[in-house]
Order: sequence, then structure tokens, then C-alpha cells
Amino acid sequence: MFNDIPGQIYSTLILDNRWTLFVNGLLVTLMIAGIAIVLGVAIGSMVAITKVNARQHKRLRWLEVICDIYITVIRGTPIVVQLLIMYYIIFATASKGAAPYVAALAFGINSGAYVAEIVRAGIQSVDRGQTEAGRSLGLTNGMTMREIIFPQAIKNILPALGNEFIVLFKETSIVGYVAVMDLTRAAELVRSRTYDALIPLIFIALLYLGIVMLISWALRKLERRLGQSDVR
Amino acid sequence: MIVTKNLVKRFGTGPIVLDDISENIEKGEKVVIVGPSGSGKSTFLRCLNLLEEPTAGEVWFEGNQINLPGVDVDRIRRKMGMVFQQFNLFPHKTVRQNITLAPTKLEIMTAEQAGDKATALLKRIGLADKADAYPSQLSGGQKQRVAIVRALAMEPDVMLFDEPTSALDPEMVGEVLDFMHTLADEGMTMVVVTHEMGFAKEVATRMLFMDQGKILEQSPPKEFFGNPANPRLKDFLSKVL
Repeated sequence: MFNDIPGQIYSTLILDNRWTLFVNGLLVTLMIAGIAIVLGVAIGSMVAITKVNARQHKRLRWLEVICDIYITVIRGTPIVVQLLIMYYIIFATASKGAAPYVAALAFGINSGAYVAEIVRAGIQSVDRGQTEAGRSLGLTNGMTMREIIFPQAIKNILPALGNEFIVLFKETSIVGYVAVMDLTRAAELVRSRTYDALIPLIFIALLYLGIVMLISWALRKLERRLGQSDVR
Repeated sequence: MIVTKNLVKRFGTGPIVLDDISENIEKGEKVVIVGPSGSGKSTFLRCLNLLEEPTAGEVWFEGNQINLPGVDVDRIRRKMGMVFQQFNLFPHKTVRQNITLAPTKLEIMTAEQAGDKATALLKRIGLADKADAYPSQLSGGQKQRVAIVRALAMEPDVMLFDEPTSALDPEMVGEVLDFMHTLADEGMTMVVVTHEMGFAKEVATRMLFMDQGKILEQSPPKEFFGNPANPRLKDFLSKVL
């Protein structure tokens, strides 16, 4: 396995321009993760705000029930199963080329359930007096949420949210289940051609690690910027 | 200006917090509400701008009943400033942004007008140099004075104070009370829940004594402190004075 490392690297990356497989795979992985994160944050925020508001108004209870069902089902079933259902049942008639987008949608819906609980905790972590101060000035419920509660909530939940982004990014490595050629699948393809597992797998592991470190660094920076007002 | 008719408040199925309160606060009055803790005075104050929704009864402001379905409460609250025990400044915004947020977001003033207003108000309380500071950089007394001018920036017709000095270190109580005193002298209509009897004596045009959700006695401060009639008020005053 370790007898000819330079030769193995050559056949894994250079021969037949195999590096393009990795580059394309990485782009697909990043695309799926990117769309899923945006979708997840959008869905999660909406669900969280709906839940918080529904709690205050008896007439909106049914909305809270819907949100709870969504969260329970999504968190209670494996992401692989959700992905397969999405691909083979809900989008059974979709073309092959749409597979990455179907996967992105599945991951976005999945992430939304986790983000919803994170955001809800964040909203509830902001002191009630903040809402009262906003409303007593004549601001509407929506303005108070947007201008006062949400910015403070985001600051409180950034570490948890970052964690979710990282988990989501790594979880996309299972999209090969529905024949999407992502980074992991690209490595598998190369492995099956070269009969060498070491270089492709270590190579993509390092790529995943590098990107996760990049995400962590960006989040730390953002956290510091949002923490501006904490100076004493 | 503010009228309550048979106001009742209870939280869920708990005990009655406000028990059938009918009260009339006129323009220019400085009404100071005192009473033992749990007597309902803060709840009464919070019912006036509907931060607490009355269980029964009516709240009227400037000639209109405001606790009716369909009434735009947000619009009414613009005219009723409120100051809280815990200041409730927005920690993620600078002092200036705290003051300009509501007037600009509600499109009552342009950004420039609101900025000028904030500058003028901060000058008044001697904190012009703190305009770009964050609330966490201010002392308690400074925070509360900023909270008061934040409410004043909306140019309210009445100011509600909910124990504005109770969370302050003793040496900072004076600066807040002095500023409230100035406001009172300028003719602002004020409803104040407080334990500061010295301030009440000097500033109030009318004292209310609340206990167990009822207003048990009300009179001008001279009579209130000098010749209290209700035995529970006598007892209360003997403890706090």
C-alpha cells in the first residue's frame, strides 16, 4: 500500500486528468452544502418565528402543531432515508441532471429542522424586556423582531449555528447514494480505477478538513465582529 | 388623558392582581403610585400602555378606548413613553442608535432629524460624548437617563416610569431623579411607580396608595404623608419613612 507513494499520487491525480474529477466533485459538494445552508437557515428561521408567535396567540396553535410535526419527523429519521425518499419517490420523475438539486433540497429541509430549534432557543434567550422596550416605543411586532430580537439572538446562537453548518457540510458526503458525483463519490470512482484507496481517501479527507477549518475561521471572525458591543 | 374603567387583571387562573380600578389621569398631572411589593402597581402601569392586556374593564387614552380589537396599539404607544426598572436599552446598538431607532423606523423623522434630536437630547443629559458608546460602557444611572431620552425622542404625551431607580446603585439614584424632576417641571404628564418617597413628596401632584390590587387612598402629597387616613397606608408609611 505504501510502496510507491509518488506513483500512487500520480495515478490518482495526474493520470487521465483525474484531478478534474476531484475539482468537479468538490464544486458539487460546495454547491449542495451552500444551497442547503441557505435553505436551512431560511426554513429554520421561519419555523422558529412561527413557533414563538404561535405560542402567544391561541388561534395560531395549529401552525405550531405543523412545525412540531416537521421537526419531529425530520429529526427522527435518518438523512440517508430522507434523501432516498426525496430522490426515488417525491422527485422520481426528475431528470438525472437534477439530482444534485434534489439532494440540496433534501439537505436544506433536513437542516431547517435543526436550525429551527437553535433559532428558537436564541430568540428565547433574549430578555423579555427587550421586546417590551421595543413595543413600548411603538415599534410593531415585526420591527421589534427584526431590529431588536433577531440580531441579539443570532449573536447568541452563532456557535451552535456554525456547528450545524459544519455537520451539514460533512453529511453531504452521502449524496453518492442517489448517484450524485460529489467529492466523496469522485474519490470512490478514482479508487475503483486505480485499485489504490490510500491516496484518494486521504486526499479528500484533507480537503474536507481544510474547508471545515475555513468555515470555523470565518465564523470566529463573524462572532468577534458581532461581539463589538460587548466591550466594557 | 388616561382613564381606566373597572380595570381587572389576573394572570391565567391566578389571584386577582388588579381589582376593579377606575382612575382618571389628567394632562399635566404627576401621579406617583406607591405600595407594598405585589400590590399591583407595576401591573396597573403596564396596563395603561397595554403591555399587559386587561382581563376586564376599559382603558381610554386621549378620548378613545384603546383595549378594543382593531385598535392600532402600536400607534397609541408612540404617545406613551415608558421607562423600565431594568433600563432595557438595546445592547447591540449604540446610544445614538438606541434613540433614533424608533423615530426613523416608524418614519416619523428622517435619519438626519432623528440624529439631531438624539444629539440635542444627549446634550441635555450631559452624555453627548457617549453617543457612539454601547450601553455596556455606561453606568446604571447613565443607562437609565439614556432610556428616558430614548422614550422622549418619540415626543410622547405621557411618560410611564416603572420603578426607574430600583435597580440603581444608591449614588446614581440622584442623577435619574433630578432629570425626572426637570421633566416634571417642564409640564410632562407623568405616572411614576417608585419607592423614592422624597421624590414623591417634591414632584407628585397626586399620590396613589395601592395594596392587594386596589387603590386604597389617594390625595395630594402633603395630606398623603402628613395625614394618612387608611390604616394600611399608615402602616406602610411607618415602615418606609
